[in-house]
Amino acid sequence: MVSPGALRVVRCGGGGQRGARAVFSADSKYLLYASGDFVKVHSVNTEETLLLLCGHADLVTGIQLNPHNHMQLYSSSLDGTIKLWDFMDGIPIKTFTVGPKLLALYALASAEDSVFVVIPKKGERDTFQLVSVKLTKGAGQDLEGKELSVVLDGVGASPKQIAFGREDSYVVSVKDVNLQVYFFKLKLLNRFSLSTAKTKGGDNSFSCVVCHPTEDCIATGHADGKIRLWRNFHHKKAYTYSALHWHHDTVMDLAYSLEGTRLLSGGVESVLVQWHNESSCQKDFLPRLGSPIECISMSSDGILCCTLHTDNRISIINSNLRFSRSIQGLIKSRDVKTGLVVDPRTKALVLNGEPGHLQFYSLQSDQQLFSLDIVQRQYIHQAGLKQSELVKVAFSAQGTWLATVEESEEVADPELQLKLWFYSEETQSFALNTRINTPHDNHITDMCFRDMAELGDDSLILVTTGRDCVFKVWVMVEDSDPEAHQSVSWSCDFVGSYHNYQATNCCFSEDGSLLAVSFEETVTVWDSLTWELKCTFCHPPGNIRNICFGRLTCSKYLIGATDYGFLCCWNLLTCALEWSAHLNIVVLQPDPLSEHIAAVSWLSKESSLFVFKPSEPWPIYIQRNLCKEKILLAAFVPRDEPEMISSEKYCWLRKSQLFFLTDTQELMTLSTKSLEERLTPSSKQLAVEESLPMTPFSVLLGKHRRQQAQEDTDLGKPVVHNKQEQASPAVKELLHTPAHVLPSASFLCTIFINSLLISKENKSAEEVADEVEMESEKAEDDSDEEDVTAMEQEDTSHMELLGEMTCKLSKSQEKELRKIRKMDYSWISAF
Amino acid sequence: MGWSRARVIPGATAIRRVRPVLGLCRASPGLYRALPGPARPYRVVPVPRCDPVPAQVIPGHEARSVESLCWAAGDRLFGAGLGGDITEYDLSGLSAARGVDGGGGPIWSMVANSTGTQLAIGCEDGSVKIFQVVPGGIQFERNLDRRKGRVLCLSWHPSDTHIVAGSIDFFRVIDVTSGTSCPRSSPIPSPGTAKRECVVWAIALLSSGTVVSADSFGRVQFWDWEQGTLAESHTVSTSAVLSLAVAQEDSIIVGTSTGATYHLQLLPVRLGGLEKRWVRTKPFQFHSHDVRAVAHSPTALISGGLDAQLVIRPLMEKVQKKSYDAVLRKFTFPHRRLVSCARKARLLLFQFSQYLELWRLGSTEETGKDGEVLPLCRMPEHLVQLKSKGPEHIYSSCVSPCGTWLGYSTASRFQLYRVHCDGDGVSLRKVPKVPKLLPPAYQLQFSADSESLFVASARGSVHVFQLLEPGGCKHLHTLRPPSGCSEAVYLLAPSADGHWLAAVSGDWAIHIYNLKCFKHHCVVPTYDCAVSAIAIHPSTNNLVIAYSDQQLFEFSIPEKQYTSWSRTVQSRGLHRAWLERDSPITHITFNPKNPSHILLHDTYLLCVLDKSLPLPDDSALLMNQSTLKQLPETARKRQLHAFKICKKFQPLLFMDLLDKNCLVVVERPIMDFKTQLPLPVQQKKFGT
Repeated sequence: MVSPGALRVVRCGGGGQRGARAVFSADSKYLLYASGDFVKVHSVNTEETLLLLCGHADLVTGIQLNPHNHMQLYSSSLDGTIKLWDFMDGIPIKTFTVGPKLLALYALASAEDSVFVVIPKKGERDTFQLVSVKLTKGAGQDLEGKELSVVLDGVGASPKQIAFGREDSYVVSVKDVNLQVYFFKLKLLNRFSLSTAKTKGGDNSFSCVVCHPTEDCIATGHADGKIRLWRNFHHKKAYTYSALHWHHDTVMDLAYSLEGTRLLSGGVESVLVQWHNESSCQKDFLPRLGSPIECISMSSDGILCCTLHTDNRISIINSNLRFSRSIQGLIKSRDVKTGLVVDPRTKALVLNGEPGHLQFYSLQSDQQLFSLDIVQRQYIHQAGLKQSELVKVAFSAQGTWLATVEESEEVADPELQLKLWFYSEETQSFALNTRINTPHDNHITDMCFRDMAELGDDSLILVTTGRDCVFKVWVMVEDSDPEAHQSVSWSCDFVGSYHNYQATNCCFSEDGSLLAVSFEETVTVWDSLTWELKCTFCHPPGNIRNICFGRLTCSKYLIGATDYGFLCCWNLLTCALEWSAHLNIVVLQPDPLSEHIAAVSWLSKESSLFVFKPSEPWPIYIQRNLCKEKILLAAFVPRDEPEMISSEKYCWLRKSQLFFLTDTQELMTLSTKSLEERLTPSSKQLAVEESLPMTPFSVLLGKHRRQQAQEDTDLGKPVVHNKQEQASPAVKELLHTPAHVLPSASFLCTIFINSLLISKENKSAEEVADEVEMESEKAEDDSDEEDVTAMEQEDTSHMELLGEMTCKLSKSQEKELRKIRKMDYSWISAF
Repeated sequence: MGWSRARVIPGATAIRRVRPVLGLCRASPGLYRALPGPARPYRVVPVPRCDPVPAQVIPGHEARSVESLCWAAGDRLFGAGLGGDITEYDLSGLSAARGVDGGGGPIWSMVANSTGTQLAIGCEDGSVKIFQVVPGGIQFERNLDRRKGRVLCLSWHPSDTHIVAGSIDFFRVIDVTSGTSCPRSSPIPSPGTAKRECVVWAIALLSSGTVVSADSFGRVQFWDWEQGTLAESHTVSTSAVLSLAVAQEDSIIVGTSTGATYHLQLLPVRLGGLEKRWVRTKPFQFHSHDVRAVAHSPTALISGGLDAQLVIRPLMEKVQKKSYDAVLRKFTFPHRRLVSCARKARLLLFQFSQYLELWRLGSTEETGKDGEVLPLCRMPEHLVQLKSKGPEHIYSSCVSPCGTWLGYSTASRFQLYRVHCDGDGVSLRKVPKVPKLLPPAYQLQFSADSESLFVASARGSVHVFQLLEPGGCKHLHTLRPPSGCSEAVYLLAPSADGHWLAAVSGDWAIHIYNLKCFKHHCVVPTYDCAVSAIAIHPSTNNLVIAYSDQQLFEFSIPEKQYTSWSRTVQSRGLHRAWLERDSPITHITFNPKNPSHILLHDTYLLCVLDKSLPLPDDSALLMNQSTLKQLPETARKRQLHAFKICKKFQPLLFMDLLDKNCLVVVERPIMDFKTQLPLPVQQKKFGT
């Protein structure tokens, strides 16, 4: 699809989890979750993304550890395939093609060679069925999984609406107000339904279901916040249930602890509730988790649980309901109104985060650096409540000043606040400097700082444009009030307007001398010293959507995009239209470090990228059909060091990298590197040792090994080191290659033996002597530890490879001798 | 059917404080349920089909509260209270029969053993006493081991060998044969750091030897009786658990002070496994106040509490088909007539538990359309309040149609007053030398011409008095059924022409007497159901009978047989919606303008039954008044049926026609007596 060396669109953050529960690895060291078309492997301890399992062509809908091999993972996707992964190495082992869309996946320990998936019923819309898929055993990597047998009909589409009971003896499915239980052994299907009447604000429809791990008990969550615990459900009539009620809105997910004594529930309240012993009176809360809980999953040892939130955050929680850590990439906010802004200081991407917060997202580590509370008001989860929202953000050139605009949601009479924040070096964070209530009488449409790095702080001015038909210029003034904590504050300096048109955009030229403000159809250019109107441009029909000045060599050009589908370039010297193109531009983004300007158009449901220089009317780069989703925002992020790009076509990517945000809040970038190059070395391989579960024995062994390693370095014993290193390729290969790709043992055996033989032949007597010399020198240095070293030396000698036994013996004897000699010296020197 | 709401009596609708339900107990043979109030009337509820109709009420006594009720030795009902007496109740005579002093101070609990031969009482002084039930009374048998601390609750082991007694902070198991407590009395610790004492409000001993205790911390706990160790603890509520009932060893119902009841079931932990565990299953919130009494019936859970409601919640798994039994029933109001009306004098008499109130109705001269409120030209007037003497409650009362006579009776006395209206003032004069009767009078009824008074009495008899001017009365005759009867008469209906009198006794037989010759005329064919209301038609002398199963009959007195309309009704059957109603018809009256109209009412509806119209079948809508209004005239004709129902006035206590154009309706808003109840336990409600 893309020729080698061509630009690839790479997803680098954001996206949704879409309801599939996360999975802990068997040793609870890794957390795996479905994110878009990928499965991400996270380290629980370090929070970093270790691996990205990519291979599915569509949304991943379910992941489950292989119950027969805890190093393997099944994943299902809307593309109709089930993949079996070795998630330690990120290798797809097998792909089973099922055919129809797979909406959920369940793998059972009792089912030897089959898994359960939810597929849409043929010929009927919006009806789904649970089927078991026989996974054929075959040699190749791509296999067919067409042997389907229907288990339940009329199930819900969400993976949370089906659960398997104790010892996989029954399966429960909930949908709307109906619950059905199928007992595998008895071949008995029971259906129960609740009343549909919505009395007293109650809504009985089911939202999720889980089964007790050791007892015959089903817990169901409901849309009105109730949790029902069903028992005796093998009787059609004598079934019974009790209810627990704390949530005021839909119970999004439930999870039982390992023994089933505790039940966890979560919902839109962002509170994790722990119910003890099915009693409504004993419950614990973990509040303030930040955003609505979507899924809860428990680790297999019951020590950890994790909650997936609607804003892409993952919280890891200890068994005593203590918040442990959170994995947060790009936080999904309701609406990115601020646009993508780059923080000049940290090079982090800044945009709306949690409600009322500004998130600083590090592109390198795919992590949130920090979240700045701008609105500073308690956010209340309630439908229809008018909340204050952060709508505009601007940084000054050095990142010392931050301007934010927040407005309440009322359309008619918005409550506006303009806040200016100063970066304090001491606290390493932004502190509020000035708050301006109602800076404009109507919505603020745009805001920018004058970027004049060379002139210092005095030249710093801020321009805001509003729908009240004016633009305002704000400057810093000395604070006359002696009691004020700060020396400067901001106040309005100039108010400009043009024919009573609404001001829509504003932009400073690179040297800061000119300000362009667009008023509906017209672009006005103002002198920033005298605030004189210099000239106007317009390209009717259509209002101006975006404007920007050219940079560097192209600073005499002003680019504007209209909502009638024109991209225009005006020459500021001649005050004439240089060129124009017929394009429906959605995003217009200049690169701060070069003359290039990126424009993204949206036409007939596909986004296309155009990169051009204002001085030339033809683009230097065009990529049609950039992605399926609509691109809403883009930003150039300067690279730390310019990348060496040979191709002339991609030279615009040399200094900065271009990032896009789609309407699903997925962050994408363009990369010239191939897939393999992009993977960071740390994520290449998870060492096999690490994946072993921590047992007392392994702790003991590990300690011993560490000790030995340390001792090796202390003593500087390259003899042993060398030998190990030489022997290692074969041994390492043996140990680190996944079992399924290893050649036969007979083949390996000779290599292994050979490696041992060669190492012995290589050793020459001189080398040994040299090493001994070095060793003695080293030994003299750390004379304090000699007794200990001697002891350890004896221990380790037994651990050496058998081949070196003779050589070693002589060496230790020599050492003994040397030690006695050395002791004497020190004793003398003490005198 | 459009009634202008012309005459309203503001504030005069207080009828009687509805009595809180304190104890509920179920007899093992199974037909009666009794609900005592504290010192107040008891209702004995026959349960033929699980539709309890309070057929009989034992009048209360202000000084005697009842803490505990139990059935023993077949159908004998015993009650014990803080007065320290054990009282047996005479169910046919509806009175407290014999009292025996318990001898241990106030009695907190009383239980009968499984055979009903012994009663155990728990007293204030910490003693547990056993009484033998003997014919004609009870006999003290022995004292069991006494410990300090009042015994609040007791329970027999099903084998009758042990009794478990719950006190404050502990319970103990007592061996009945030896009379000693088991060595381990089990202290019940208060949870956490609570300093309050732990009151064991209810306890039960299961045959497996498990003791179930319900305490003031809202816990239901299961103990091993030999070791005294706690097996399971369920915190069902944040407030106290006050009552507990066990059925079939696998079902427990508990009631709490917040008005909630909880069902606990012994369920297998795993399918097909032997291990079983108690699981709290269904929570119900039907009451607003303390649930003081809970009981099981074969198909339902029954609870009663301080909010004066009796609730029957069917267990769906026990109900075989969707029928009358499968519906939740709530009983708030007494199914008795507590209001009487003097039609000619336009007076209303309200009966309260300790006093009577006489009101004069207001009037209007205007006319208006349906739904309008007419201006009054004369305001309603509270004429007089008549307090009864002594601690006994008023059992029945009546005012004569002319408004000049007024009578009431308590358990031991019968009083007759002469009402003198002089201008605005009203004076009451007690009629001297009222003939002595065997009290109590279960029902009083004046004849239509106000010249005689009928008094319903015990053993099926009705006394007839002649009222003499200016204030006197004379015993004329006593009417008795020829075959004799042991039960008391509880309903009377004289005919308008003074010729006939119909009387219903406790065995549900309706006897008709000829008043001209004081002779027994006939008996209405027996129908095996309680009669809830009767009335004789003024022009045709047909007796209209309403039964508690909602059946309606019309019996022609002169012809001594059911009328043809009644036969049609029986053959066609009444509408299903009519038959599935909760509350029985409490009063019947007739429209003088149209002889085919019968007016009926129960607590929730007022119905005009038009005999000239066809009966509705099950497919038709029973309550079709609002739909009829929207139909055009021609279509309306086709949709008409005999039942014209109005649900505008709820809860309805009384309805009567004053004359051709006026109907008086007495409503008793629920809030009126809710405000008289003590404040409920404060509960945090989400969103308030």
